[in-house]
Amino acid sequence: MALEIINPGFLTLLQDYGRYGLQKFGITHGGPMDEHAYLWGNRLLGNDFNAVQLEICLGGFAARFHKSTMVALCGANAQVSLNNQKINMWQTHCVEPGDEIRVDAFSSGLYAYLAIKQGFNVGVQLNSVATVMREKLGGLHQDGQKLVNKENIDYRQHVNEYRGVAEFKTVVPARFLPSYQDEVILRFIPNRSESGCSDQTINDFVNQSFEVSADINRMGYRLQGDAMSSEKKGIISQGISVGTIQLPPAGQPIILMKDRQTVGGYPQLGCLVYQDIGLLSQCRPGAKVTFQAVGLSEVEQEFIAYLQFFGVKL
Amino acid sequence: MVTIHMLWNRSKKFASCLFNDMSTTKDVVLLSENTVVILFEQNISLDIAREVSRYQAAIEQVLSDFIIDMVPSYASIHITFNLRKVRSGDFNHSLKTLFSEIDDRQVEQIEKRLIEIPIYYGDDVGFDLTSVAEKAGLTSQQVINIHAGRIYDVYAMGFAPGFAFLGSVDERIATPRKQSPRKHIPAGSLGIANQQTAIYPSDSPGGWQIIGKTPINLVDYSAKEPTVIKSNCQIKFIPISKQTFIEMGGEI
Repeated sequence: MALEIINPGFLTLLQDYGRYGLQKFGITHGGPMDEHAYLWGNRLLGNDFNAVQLEICLGGFAARFHKSTMVALCGANAQVSLNNQKINMWQTHCVEPGDEIRVDAFSSGLYAYLAIKQGFNVGVQLNSVATVMREKLGGLHQDGQKLVNKENIDYRQHVNEYRGVAEFKTVVPARFLPSYQDEVILRFIPNRSESGCSDQTINDFVNQSFEVSADINRMGYRLQGDAMSSEKKGIISQGISVGTIQLPPAGQPIILMKDRQTVGGYPQLGCLVYQDIGLLSQCRPGAKVTFQAVGLSEVEQEFIAYLQFFGVKL
Repeated sequence: MVTIHMLWNRSKKFASCLFNDMSTTKDVVLLSENTVVILFEQNISLDIAREVSRYQAAIEQVLSDFIIDMVPSYASIHITFNLRKVRSGDFNHSLKTLFSEIDDRQVEQIEKRLIEIPIYYGDDVGFDLTSVAEKAGLTSQQVINIHAGRIYDVYAMGFAPGFAFLGSVDERIATPRKQSPRKHIPAGSLGIANQQTAIYPSDSPGGWQIIGKTPINLVDYSAKEPTVIKSNCQIKFIPISKQTFIEMGGEI
């Protein structure tokens, strides 16, 4: 036994960075919704950027460790306790055999990531562990299923060499800690091409605020605002980037997330700046969202720095 | 470190052997920090589909070192490139340079494989069959006869594993997508969206008009070839009865 699930929670999925290179077969990227929180967990523990973690949605999660290791929790503000004692998120902790961890109610945000030293040891499917329920791909049993009670997730033992003497913690510096608000401004790169929207429609889009609807999931987040009209009802289906903002004829935008379909036929208002995708992922129904158009040159360097900082290698 | 310029120079010699000098402008849209889409003439036709294939092959030949994902479709090629190896400006420039050397007049002969797919065209599985018929001023049976009456080409793969976009649908029954996508369409459902038709290989949300259902499984990750339909196929739909549909394992 390694990690024994006592309570799987509302929706807990095994994730690595994602399943890349297979979009031409219609297989989506998948991977962590709040990629920034996921990457921090691996960095804190000195893991490879792609090490497998648990993506915990909305809490209710409990598990028992059967081997020594180190863990870190990053993401939504959750009540986390180890053996009934509160522990901080965004830093590493040593755990011993018999220790129990609980991830309870989230005071803000939707996704918290449990990272473990060297990552969880799970078999890949089409080169990745990323769980995509819709595609029945990935996960503990290579069937795209969420974790259930009493499952055992393997990991390699890691012994704290200073056990009994000291525990060194690695902590995310305060300036990097995100704050998941109820009101966010999301940056996007507008699309005015033949498969995009007109200046008028894009203006309507940036000049109003939206509410995150209750209709949100790993495929896409639907927003609610004043209906916008687009000149086109549809475009010829084409490949779509993660973070694409679609405008269906009904006039309410949908933002496509990690489990999105690989092609789409609705006109595109634009695409979210990559980092802001994770920010949106943590917005709950009712959160207020406004959009700010930016140029590619303004954000390209930021994304390069992010990939380099976290050692992302595809 | 291999730079894009070194790679381009090595391949230019190869490319110019295959292609004559001919200027072609295709729109390259910079969608995000690490993605672009190449837009061809925005229509659905066999000629454009062939042009997309030809461009896809050329890009794979010359720029694959910089590409993470490539999604060809009816009239576009979407590319996720490796931002740690090349920036969008340089990648865009390399695409444009490659395009200027592709000869428009070379047309490949593509060998196609015919696949027959059984379909139960019933109201209980084809939720939009009646409304499609009404919009077209036809009976449901007429819609079925028209839809099953032709052989379709695979124009693109995507949307979901094994999802093949087929064309072209007879203009009498070519119906636009629904105003808002349905949140749940069962696996095996056959749909129409304008001149496109396709089967959803697994449960998913979607905006197509659903007119029938197949009992067969279109995706198998453990099989030698994970998808039944591939881009070099042609499809014929064979109408079957509800009885046969259930016998073949279909679910209502």
